[in-house]
Amino acid sequence: MKPAIVYKNVKKNYRSVKAVNGISLSIPQGEFFGLLGPNGAGKSTMINMLGGLATPSSGKISVMGKDVQKEYQEARHLVGIVPQELVFDPFFNVREMLRFQAGYFGKGRENDKWVDEVIDRLDLRDKANTNMRALSGGMKRRALIAQALVHRPPVIVLDEPTAGVDVELRQKLWSFIKELNKEGHTIVLTTHYLEEAEALCNSVAMLRLGKIVALDTTRNLLKKFSTKNLMLRLNFMAKKSLPQSVKNFSYVESDGAFIFQLKKITDIAEITEALKKSKIEIIDMQTVDTDLENVFLKLTGAK
Amino acid sequence: MVTLKTQIIGTWTLLKKELLRFWRVAFQTVAAPVITGILYLLIFSHVLDSRLEVYEGVPYSAFLIPGLIMMSLLQNAFSNSSSSLIQAKVMGNIVFLLLTPLSYLQLFFAFLAASIARGIFVGACIYLIAIIYIDLPIEYPWFLLLFALLGGGLMGAFGIIAGVWCDRFDQMSAFGNFVNYALSMLSGVFYSIHSLPVAWQGVSQLNPFFYMIDGFRFGFFGKSDVSPYFSLGVVALFFIVLSFITIRMLKSGFKLRN
Repeated sequence: MKPAIVYKNVKKNYRSVKAVNGISLSIPQGEFFGLLGPNGAGKSTMINMLGGLATPSSGKISVMGKDVQKEYQEARHLVGIVPQELVFDPFFNVREMLRFQAGYFGKGRENDKWVDEVIDRLDLRDKANTNMRALSGGMKRRALIAQALVHRPPVIVLDEPTAGVDVELRQKLWSFIKELNKEGHTIVLTTHYLEEAEALCNSVAMLRLGKIVALDTTRNLLKKFSTKNLMLRLNFMAKKSLPQSVKNFSYVESDGAFIFQLKKITDIAEITEALKKSKIEIIDMQTVDTDLENVFLKLTGAK
Repeated sequence: MVTLKTQIIGTWTLLKKELLRFWRVAFQTVAAPVITGILYLLIFSHVLDSRLEVYEGVPYSAFLIPGLIMMSLLQNAFSNSSSSLIQAKVMGNIVFLLLTPLSYLQLFFAFLAASIARGIFVGACIYLIAIIYIDLPIEYPWFLLLFALLGGGLMGAFGIIAGVWCDRFDQMSAFGNFVNYALSMLSGVFYSIHSLPVAWQGVSQLNPFFYMIDGFRFGFFGKSDVSPYFSLGVVALFFIVLSFITIRMLKSGFKLRN
């Protein structure tokens, strides 16, 4: 089976700025893939090149084996892109816009049923005949997603789809996208909400300054960079009298608490025993796991 | 996946959307230019009808109508493609078009056809209102049609170039005011170039709008300042050159895909 998306040594320069600097990446079909990175990392440029909104300076990109430049018409049939900005055509209502969008892809009247289904599944039925200008931000976001789906693309790319969206709508959107993924669509997602990427994505690429700094399954990435931490709140004079055996552990002080980095789980017993011997009282104790955010911060150098 | 049928549907969809776009705001895109044209006609014919006869046996008001029709046709053909593109670029919704499999030729044909349709529609409205009270013969209908199609196409292509090239509305209004308006006012809409000094006649003959209007007028009266076949050749040449530039711009993605 051909990969859903392949980037082969892709570079994109804007004059002296290297927005994308030699990225190679292959995303299998059916994947829920996360593209993460700080602002200016090159995520949107990668998506723009995939959809033909920008041309790579060098390298090749393909969607299900179709080159996005040489076979651009076939490639664009295979991908639906939800842009980051809330853009809309002020002349038309939601249903008209969706039918036009399907028409551009060569879909005629026979596709109207699917358009109505997309409208229903995104809870847009009440607004289907409302002008795009009159929609709230959340509704506009739904309409944008609907526009990317009207031609039934097997690959769906969402560029920051939940930016500025309230919690309820975010949950609804994700359950809808998860359904699409279960139905076999490949999903590529960029997001700033790392807990979302952690919860949704099977695999993740982390970008920094136009380069991939990590590319693996979400599970492997968390495992690879996992550190268990022990958070302790101690009695008042604790800091001055921490025993040397405890000081030997790597620790930081944060917000009145000590956070010890554990190498093995038995370290907890060793630390607490040493504190007990030194008659230092433990007020509160908690273990903290590494999450994708920690990995992200570590790899991208973001703060 | 990409077949002739899908390409025809794609092009037709964009054309339909472009037609609907101007029809939704018909008060601004149709009624306003028609009223402007009729006002020109009323004022100039009132002032000059009894004092001026450009062609023998043709009242000035009748002489004026073809020029006004063609001027409105050209300006509206330009406005249709240029305003659609600049609005889509400024609003950002141009992405919905650029993400589709529509080829540069499909984009070109759809924008061009919509421009021609709007130009001809506005021109036809002025004609239908004018003939209520002015007798206007049509000597060569095929010439009328050819000049209307080529003129509308030429300005539609020019509108695409302007729409792609401009990034802001003020740049676009410079095109409208300093190029289109100036060239149409100096093209012989209100006069025959034979009434000008020889030097200005030469300058007028460098203006492509002059040939569109003179050739179009020939379709009505069978009379013109220069040979209608020469005018047809000049207009066709300009149309081909502008279409070539437009297609090259769309194909390269200039100011659209970077």
